[in-house]
Amino acid sequence: MTFEIPDFVPVIPELFLLGMACAILLADLFIPQARRDITYGLAQFTLLGTFLLTVILASPEARFTFSDSFVADPMSDLLKSMVLLVSAAVFLYSRPYLQSRDLHKGEFYVLGLFGVLGMLIMISAHSLLTLYLGLELLSLCLYALVAFNRDSPVASESAMKYFVLGSIASGMLLYGMSLLYGITGTLDIAGVTQGVVAAAAGSADHSVALVFALAFVVVGLGFKLGAVPFHMWLPDVYHGAPTPVTLFIGAAPKIAAFAIAMRLLVDGLGPLHGDWQGMLLILAVLSLAVGNVVAIAQTNIKRMFAYSTIAHVGFIVMGLMSGIEAGYAAAMFYVIVYAITSAGGFGMILLLSRKGFEADAIEDFKGLNDRSPWFAFVMLLLMFSMAGVPPTVGFYAKLAILQSVVQVELVWLAVFAVLMSVIGAFYYLRVVKYMYFDKPADTAPLPQGTGINVVLSINGLLVIGLGIFPGLLMALTTAAR
Amino acid sequence: MFADWPLLSLVIWTPIIGGLIVLFVGDRMPEASRRLSLSIAVLTFLLSLPLFVLFDRSTHEMQFVEWVPWISTFDIHYHLGVDGISMPLILLTTFTTMLVVLAAWEVIQYRVSQYMASFLILAGLMNGVFSAMDAVLFYVFFEAMLIPMFLVIGIWGGPNRIYATLKFFLYTFFGSVFLLIALIYLYTQAGSFAILDFHHTPLGMTAQTLIFLAMLLAFAVKIPMFPVHTWLPDAHVEAPTGGSVILAAIMLKIGGYGFLRFSLPITPDAAMALDWLMITLSLIAVVYVGLVALMQKDMKKLIAYSSIAHMGFVTLGFFLAFMIYNNTGNWQGAGLGISGGMVQMVSHGLISAAMFLSVGVLYDRMHSRQIADYGGVANTMPWFAAFFVLFAMANTGLPGTSGFVGEFMVILAAFRADFWIALLAATTLILAAAYTLWLVKRVVYGEVANDHVAQLQDLNRREFWILGVLAFAVLLLGVWPAPLLDVLDATVENLVRHIAVSKL
Repeated sequence: MTFEIPDFVPVIPELFLLGMACAILLADLFIPQARRDITYGLAQFTLLGTFLLTVILASPEARFTFSDSFVADPMSDLLKSMVLLVSAAVFLYSRPYLQSRDLHKGEFYVLGLFGVLGMLIMISAHSLLTLYLGLELLSLCLYALVAFNRDSPVASESAMKYFVLGSIASGMLLYGMSLLYGITGTLDIAGVTQGVVAAAAGSADHSVALVFALAFVVVGLGFKLGAVPFHMWLPDVYHGAPTPVTLFIGAAPKIAAFAIAMRLLVDGLGPLHGDWQGMLLILAVLSLAVGNVVAIAQTNIKRMFAYSTIAHVGFIVMGLMSGIEAGYAAAMFYVIVYAITSAGGFGMILLLSRKGFEADAIEDFKGLNDRSPWFAFVMLLLMFSMAGVPPTVGFYAKLAILQSVVQVELVWLAVFAVLMSVIGAFYYLRVVKYMYFDKPADTAPLPQGTGINVVLSINGLLVIGLGIFPGLLMALTTAAR
Repeated sequence: MFADWPLLSLVIWTPIIGGLIVLFVGDRMPEASRRLSLSIAVLTFLLSLPLFVLFDRSTHEMQFVEWVPWISTFDIHYHLGVDGISMPLILLTTFTTMLVVLAAWEVIQYRVSQYMASFLILAGLMNGVFSAMDAVLFYVFFEAMLIPMFLVIGIWGGPNRIYATLKFFLYTFFGSVFLLIALIYLYTQAGSFAILDFHHTPLGMTAQTLIFLAMLLAFAVKIPMFPVHTWLPDAHVEAPTGGSVILAAIMLKIGGYGFLRFSLPITPDAAMALDWLMITLSLIAVVYVGLVALMQKDMKKLIAYSSIAHMGFVTLGFFLAFMIYNNTGNWQGAGLGISGGMVQMVSHGLISAAMFLSVGVLYDRMHSRQIADYGGVANTMPWFAAFFVLFAMANTGLPGTSGFVGEFMVILAAFRADFWIALLAATTLILAAAYTLWLVKRVVYGEVANDHVAQLQDLNRREFWILGVLAFAVLLLGVWPAPLLDVLDATVENLVRHIAVSKL
């Protein structure tokens, strides 16, 4: 038996991230609390370095390595870049919050970096095992992060919930994968596709087993994406976790979850499209309905965002369900737009909060226009983007999804989705109403000069800038498929 | 010298970018933002004049066309162009915006720059709606328009403004999402988002009917038609004067424009099959809403209902064409109702703006819109009374004012179609006279009602000029409508020729 040295070039970004994360873990031990900003700087340097490496190594060809269990292709290049940029913004938004609450510890960044590594591996997975390893690496970091504020009973409770439900979901996914392995005899995703075609053409027993495996895979993915009826963990975790962690969970991991859905369902189980289309259809319809309707009743903005996330997941699932290339590209566009917008939304909560004041009730946005016209405007853009009102980028995301759904002649579903969006518009408008039409209850000045102001402004301008020129990002997502 | 300028882009982006600049000037320098806003509004108006002067009246083709790829993935283009039905509406927009900025001069003291910026951006977006030749571009402008209006009503509105503005937003949003689905469906059929391609896409009867109904929802809410009109009185009552003016003068017209640009040419067979529905709803608007207007105690509400009734006349005119054809057997003359509706839209834009501005003048002095609080205003405000009576007369359709031309043409068209429709339509002459003149009698004439009225000051110079310019426009269009009709002719004729051909 010969040992082949694998091609390391496609994994350079991941190796860099891994090395740096380990180095920071060690270095942080020797950094006194007063100089914790060094850890922060190193973490940001790592993310940006990984981003640059990803961009430099990007190429329109798919590159396989580690016996085809890892792939770097245009989709992974695009999604990884987005994950890294969004995570860098998340770290930036989080620092002032952590500092003011004595939570500014190196572990936050180290766990975050390992989580990002998990996401990158998920995105690039080309074998069921790699995919699962990436997913678990991410999940374990997230469980720990949710419980990061260990003195808070609410956070501990939600970490526990997250852990139990997340483990069940991982178990489901793993069980589905093991069935797939049993049927096809391979872990390689391309091999699974061939095996599935062969098995489906074979005996009836095999097709039953395949659908059985498929059901478990879909349930697992549904949990990770947060699609109804597997959404129960989402509002509690969003609500209970410290806001920076909610931001972290809410933004980038959705991109990674989308990526594994693409790898598993579209690439791996593509031949079974007829079977999973119906399952995803149900998930999409329920997510849209439950997410939008229940969000109206929320008074806590983090919970409101949680339900709004569920509604957005409904749209993403709709794009996947359509089963056409345009639909996948649309879903990818949507998930990227969602990550940018939701990072901005949670960033606003972090901007308004200070020690002893979480600013997580919707009413805390009262009279923001009087306190800071600019940030009220930024939040206005974010809200209209989430509602899907042009000229913000959220509109084009919805447009692309609806278009692919109409293309596969599910006009009724498109009508249902837009009706739900109208319901959704109501709770986004309510935030705007508090900001612009009410007098402020809290008149404390907003923090100045923490860098968060600048990035948040860029984030808001991105929402309108991509809305006026959506062509470039759309071309990228289309090319990535 | 203007012929090779991108005039349409200029009338869209000058006010939008200008509005953003005003926004950044901020509220610290209210006087500077007022002056800047007025200059931008005047500049936009001046830029829109060459559209009228250089307009080629002999063709129905799109003019001043601009075409740049925008979102290449979906074959969406930044495609602008105007024809006879959109050009007058752009002029109306730039003209009204100028007056609205001027009318807010001393009246708006809270967050001046945000107020002015909202109206400037709104003007640019509305110009975009009228000149977009790409369906997605149209939809983007069509929806984006809601945002500034939502804020205008919500921030500067009356006591019940939040209810009114949410109702306004959700009603219109609800209507327009169906339009979006229809446009996407048309894209899958036509292979592009160009509106002119939609015009020539063959469609089956079921598809046409569904598309027609989807578009009807969007445009009927905008116009608004009975029974989806209930947001309008609320929005008008709560909106600040400027908001009411733009709402009545321009935003309602976008619904009417939508029928001419989308519904009729894209789904002619469905429009023919469902013209009874449109005519019935229009007549209900004319008669029933006219009666409702009679009973109003609030001046703005009365004018709001009167707007619905007048817009009913517009939709009536648009959808008479098929009935005229069935009755007379040829398409000659079927365009009369459409031209009449267009004239009525422009005229109502001027008159409703004037009426709301007049009520605004009174409201600024008395802070009341209740008719009962007034009486004998003519004694203390003779100039105002003169203008108000003129506009009221125009609202009732008195010959010599612009209100007469459109109504006369539509009623004439109605006679060609069916006597009973004409009879019902003509009741508007009585009803409009009843509610408007009764309003004038109670507010302007009679004894001075109370001390507040006795202390009223007559128009200041600014108000005089605003109302004076409008009065001039109303009379000019009334005695000499030819320039407007010339512009419309070729386009309307082509539209009638187009809808005469079945797309099945």
